[in-house]
Amino acid sequence: MPKVTVDGVELDVPQGATVLQACEMAGKEIPRFCYHERLSIAGNCRMCLVEVAPGPPKPQASCALPTAEGQVIKTDSPMVKKAREGVMEFLLINHPLDCPICDQGGECDLQDQSVAYGRGATRYDENKRAVTEKYMGPIVKTVMTRCIQCTRCVRFAEEVAGVEDVGAIYRGENMQITSYLERAVGSELSGNIVDLCPVGALTSKPYAFEARPWELTKTLGIDMMDAVGTNVRIDARGRQVLRVLPRVNDDVNEEWANDKTRHHVDGLTRRRLDQPYVRVNGALQPASWAEAFAAIKAVNAGSSVAAIAGDLADCETMFAAKTLVNALGGSLLEGRQTGLDYDVTSLSAVNFNTGIAEAENADVILLVGTNLRWEAPLINTRVRKAVWKKGAKVFAIGPEADLTYKADWLGDDASLVSKLPAHVTDALKGAERPMLVFGGGALSVPGVHGAGLALAKSVNAIKDGWNGYNVVHFSAARMGSLMLGYGLPGGIKDVVVAKPKLAFFLGADEVDFAALPDTFKVYVGHHGDKGAHAADVILPAAAWTEKDFTTVNTEGRVQRSEKAVFAPGDAREDWSIFRALADALGVTLGFDSFDACRAAMIAAVPALGVEGIADYGWTVPKLPAKPEARAIPSPIKDFYLTNAICRASPTMQRCSQELIHGADFAEAAE
Amino acid sequence: MSTIAHLIKSFTLWEFVKAHALTFKYFWKPKATINYPFEKNPLSPRFRGEHALRRYPNGEERCIACKLCEAVCPAQAITIEAEPRDDGSRRTTRYDIDMTKCIYCGFCQEACPVDAVVEGPNFEFATETREELLYDKAKLLANGDKWERAIAANLAADAPYR
Repeated sequence: MPKVTVDGVELDVPQGATVLQACEMAGKEIPRFCYHERLSIAGNCRMCLVEVAPGPPKPQASCALPTAEGQVIKTDSPMVKKAREGVMEFLLINHPLDCPICDQGGECDLQDQSVAYGRGATRYDENKRAVTEKYMGPIVKTVMTRCIQCTRCVRFAEEVAGVEDVGAIYRGENMQITSYLERAVGSELSGNIVDLCPVGALTSKPYAFEARPWELTKTLGIDMMDAVGTNVRIDARGRQVLRVLPRVNDDVNEEWANDKTRHHVDGLTRRRLDQPYVRVNGALQPASWAEAFAAIKAVNAGSSVAAIAGDLADCETMFAAKTLVNALGGSLLEGRQTGLDYDVTSLSAVNFNTGIAEAENADVILLVGTNLRWEAPLINTRVRKAVWKKGAKVFAIGPEADLTYKADWLGDDASLVSKLPAHVTDALKGAERPMLVFGGGALSVPGVHGAGLALAKSVNAIKDGWNGYNVVHFSAARMGSLMLGYGLPGGIKDVVVAKPKLAFFLGADEVDFAALPDTFKVYVGHHGDKGAHAADVILPAAAWTEKDFTTVNTEGRVQRSEKAVFAPGDAREDWSIFRALADALGVTLGFDSFDACRAAMIAAVPALGVEGIADYGWTVPKLPAKPEARAIPSPIKDFYLTNAICRASPTMQRCSQELIHGADFAEAAE
Repeated sequence: MSTIAHLIKSFTLWEFVKAHALTFKYFWKPKATINYPFEKNPLSPRFRGEHALRRYPNGEERCIACKLCEAVCPAQAITIEAEPRDDGSRRTTRYDIDMTKCIYCGFCQEACPVDAVVEGPNFEFATETREELLYDKAKLLANGDKWERAIAANLAADAPYR
């Protein structure tokens, strides 16, 4: 613990801390462009200069200088002020003064810091450098003349995203940041370089010129695009959500978000269901709420009712639907639309037990039937961190995929889980913190679930303070639906066999609707997608940005999201739809307001009332442990088009065409 | 003594005479009023009248949708929406000024980095309906085209003092 003095204040700093960190601990603001706490230190912007004694009699870059015992650091001396002014003047030499047309304006580090630390006026009247535009794909818009060469984007791509698509060419003043060969940046995390860029060189293409930061109302939300539960900020203007940005939460998403989280929002204004529809003579006709309810009442379903939750369903919605189904006397509740039927008697056996943040401490990792990069990109970055920073070994079973780190692919046969090669079992047994990760693809093969639990036991993956048995889901609704009892022993097949007269589909689009020909299908959702096409009655509901809700991520973390905007047209929040429908059907649900609905849900499942990790304990169900010898399927066909909102989003469609199907837009952009 | 003076003034209608004398004096002096609308007073180049959106001499609209005027407007009379134009440049798709909200403070023209929005010399834009005072982009650009010569002359006249 070296003792240093910052501006006359003595403090102890941790061993290995840099001078910049010491200054921050002392509460001093140090301006910086290239330094970022989650990236490696580059030390090339020189903005963080401070005066340090003992040392050479000149300003030192504090981000790259380790603290030492007895250092005296000055951050407010005339020398430091002059040095900062000088650096700022140099940075502005080649920076165009086009703030009025720059999308970064208002949230620009260079703008803010030049006001705070720069000289009042320029002395420069020579020509400025100009740099040609680079093509970086459908998400990132470039104006490279504005680049100040901090190389944050290069370091992010290499260290966190794990793609070597972004780099710098030439030297000195001529240095240019580019995607090599002018290809789209092939990472599902490319949107983060927009946030990292301290100037307006990299800005968001779908959001280009749409709004200024000061016009936006900011709402705290939880992303529903995947089961990671990324903490986000929803930026809306008027009734439209314009962008979604990640919030810092070190336990979940650090400060990253994947491109689907960021850019699916333009789908929220397209293909929306904004009024009820009723199928008349085979065609869906616009109707009033009363007509829609009357049509549902006319089914006279009695207790033959089912509810099927989609991937975007939140806990309150599922609870309201469950209460209605139970009030009518039914009990068919299922959330696994595509036919998964793994055992759900023990929630701990289908949970990401290690925890997302802890995953980066694993030393030997076995991935079974999961393309982590698509199913949970932000868990993949944790695994990459384990590999990249701590040298973890990764083995993988399943269809081969580029995970951005080196993995030892053992094949895609599901039966491998129960007869792993000796070197893999040895590595797992010898590991201090082994981690087994089972994806949705693995759990779709009968026997893998039981074999996985047996494997966790045999390699001693569950020990004091470490649970290495993990299931990674790709549906944001999954853990919440299981906590609320949306899980039949035979999965959705039980619903098909029971032939319910009436079924509610809570934004469920992936169900095989043809298997339910005699069921009166009520689609409660927000987008005109597959589910709406198959429905007999459509009740328009609110999307995730349009309601308060509770959701549970794949590690069992209960999180709450707030309402940012109102639902369009006649669409209503889901709980109120079920409340009104209950009246029409002559039953009572026991709640008349959202708060009462939430309170009733918490009374039924107390764990949903506490934000944070829900404790499922550790119980192992008795399951058949002989996996079938067949190839593990891949559950996600197209990362960018996994749900109804994404499919309605032009940005996601273009990402899919370009990054998954290889269409070339680079020339069209010029 | 004062009672007597007061009595005399009352009897001679002195106040009355004085008032008529004043009227008679001004009757022969030049008139201070003008024959509006046939005659008009001179206006300062800094006069803040009806808004206009200007164009460059080549016909390109000046406004680049930076939204600084919208941000600075104390009455929140300005509404702007923007998106990339086909050639990739930043332009407004909507530029509305609610003239019933506007307080003619001139902050918008001060904030404008490209001298696009200006308050011109026109103050004669009274309308018969309220709706006519909700200006859209087309109306503002038309104002700019109509008043460009006067606006440019005013800006040039005021330039040495900026």
